[in-house]
Amino acid sequence: MSAHSQTTVASQLDRPLVRLSQVYKTFHAGTVNEVRPMRGVNLEIAEGSFVIVLGGNGSGKSTLLNAIAGSFAIDAGRIELDGHDVSAWPEHRRAALIGRVFQNPFSGTAPNMSILDNFSLAAKRGKFRGLGWAHTRALRDDLSDRVRELKMGLEDRLDSAIGSLSGGQRQALTLLMATWLKPRLLLLDEHTAALDPKSADQVIALTDRIIAREGLTTLMVTHSMQQAVNLGDRIVMMHSGNVLHDFNAEQKRRLRVDDLLGRFENVRRRELLDESAAELLRSRYI
Amino acid sequence: MTLLIGALTLGIILALLALGVYISYRIFDIADITVDGSLTFGAAVASVLLVKHGVHPLWASGAGFAAGAVAGSVSGILQTRFRINPLLAGILVMTALYSVNLHVMGRSNIPFLGTVTLSTYCEQWGAKVFGAPETDLWGWTVSSADLTMLILMMALVGLIAVALWAFLRTDIGTAMRASGDNPQIVRALGGNVENYRIFGLAVSNGLVGLAGALWAQYQNFADVQMGIGMVVWGLASVIIGEALTGASSVGVAIVGTIIGSILFRQLVGIALSFGLNPNDLKLVTAAFVFAALILPDMMGKLSARKAQGAA
Repeated sequence: MSAHSQTTVASQLDRPLVRLSQVYKTFHAGTVNEVRPMRGVNLEIAEGSFVIVLGGNGSGKSTLLNAIAGSFAIDAGRIELDGHDVSAWPEHRRAALIGRVFQNPFSGTAPNMSILDNFSLAAKRGKFRGLGWAHTRALRDDLSDRVRELKMGLEDRLDSAIGSLSGGQRQALTLLMATWLKPRLLLLDEHTAALDPKSADQVIALTDRIIAREGLTTLMVTHSMQQAVNLGDRIVMMHSGNVLHDFNAEQKRRLRVDDLLGRFENVRRRELLDESAAELLRSRYI
Repeated sequence: MTLLIGALTLGIILALLALGVYISYRIFDIADITVDGSLTFGAAVASVLLVKHGVHPLWASGAGFAAGAVAGSVSGILQTRFRINPLLAGILVMTALYSVNLHVMGRSNIPFLGTVTLSTYCEQWGAKVFGAPETDLWGWTVSSADLTMLILMMALVGLIAVALWAFLRTDIGTAMRASGDNPQIVRALGGNVENYRIFGLAVSNGLVGLAGALWAQYQNFADVQMGIGMVVWGLASVIIGEALTGASSVGVAIVGTIIGSILFRQLVGIALSFGLNPNDLKLVTAAFVFAALILPDMMGKLSARKAQGAA
């Protein structure tokens, strides 16, 4: 009830669905392995938008998703989601608002349990789990219909262990699980990176279809420039723990793969410059 | 025949222990040594209630379950809230329980002389139902009390097994199973993995504590040493059950575990009657579990090598 009324308030005030303010995170602080994947990140995501997150290794793009999902506690700053300050919420509480698909096809499902078992979990995302039967007739029928739409021949295998399926099939099912109850925010973390090209294309087509049909607010991390250009209505480019470029829908429409590669090349050159400057200083002063 | 019924009854009582180990070992994928302590804890609490306070045997058995559940929760809290390695958490709780058990019992052994226990009730009920202290079972003369005890334990364990099976098929039970399979996805779907672990270990050790309480009443004494090595006993039962049934689903696994426990107790009985030194029992049990753990892997390698040789 309160969540619903607050949602309405949020949309009335035209408040962004997601807002990160000055978010900092350091891993392994004070050791040689210290990394700072978030250095004062500010980001606002409007309701209904489909944002693509790009960035090199260690730029902080996956950390951004994990911070929103609550996989770890942030060091400083504030994360707001759907009108709530969720900075201190544990991951399982934020799950009421968030659907997630991981890079590793093994991460998104319970491999030794059946397809039906997995979806009975998804059907209770963010809800109270009591002593009701996990498998209901209605769930089985719904699931059978939805799985048939995937055209993967899985509708007759609802009782087989999900671990026996291919990576592409599992990612498709994970996507279906994450959106089984409509999430306020969908987080996709390079969810096609571990798949062969054909399966990746299938999963991307399915992703696009589900997001469009449900009108989901989405944050998708990808390594593929092609996906970045073809999908979504906004591109956020991360570099060394901060947002480097932010292309809105208008700018994005004019963007080509070559432009994006050019931007990356600039980043790389600047990094090399930094390194050579550091080397120069080091040789002079140390 | 009396020996056979005795082994059968004990096998069925210890099936509760095996079901407890099934929960920690198969559902949560941890070897929970708390079991060694919670079995005795259940027996200790039940025996003190029976001998010193004259509590009804059913309530005393229930208290045994509760005692085990407390021990399991402590283990679960050490593992989740304090992030202690599950094996170490089990060792800590088991060790601490040894002192607790001595305090509860007041000495290392409590005999149930003249105490009203489930065995007493079984003698009364047996005499009533069968009309005589001894009765005829397919041509064998058996004690009515023993037979009644066996039937009672079968009914109790059957009831608990059905309840466990049903629980594992509810929303919360399914989430609990999934949290042992892949905790990451359970968190992402809004499940509190830590609480599931604590609750699961409470149920697991509760069953073990109940097994201890019933075992003590069956053998008419509680001993502070009775829990030693029982986790390995439980593992052996679970593994035998899986080998026999394949454990393709939760229901099959539960039935398999019960059969495994009964069969293992029979095997032990046969080995002892063929002259196995009782002192060697734990050694043989450990060796058996070791073999059961490594055999599937070795067989796999062997057949792979054969296939290679053929190609």
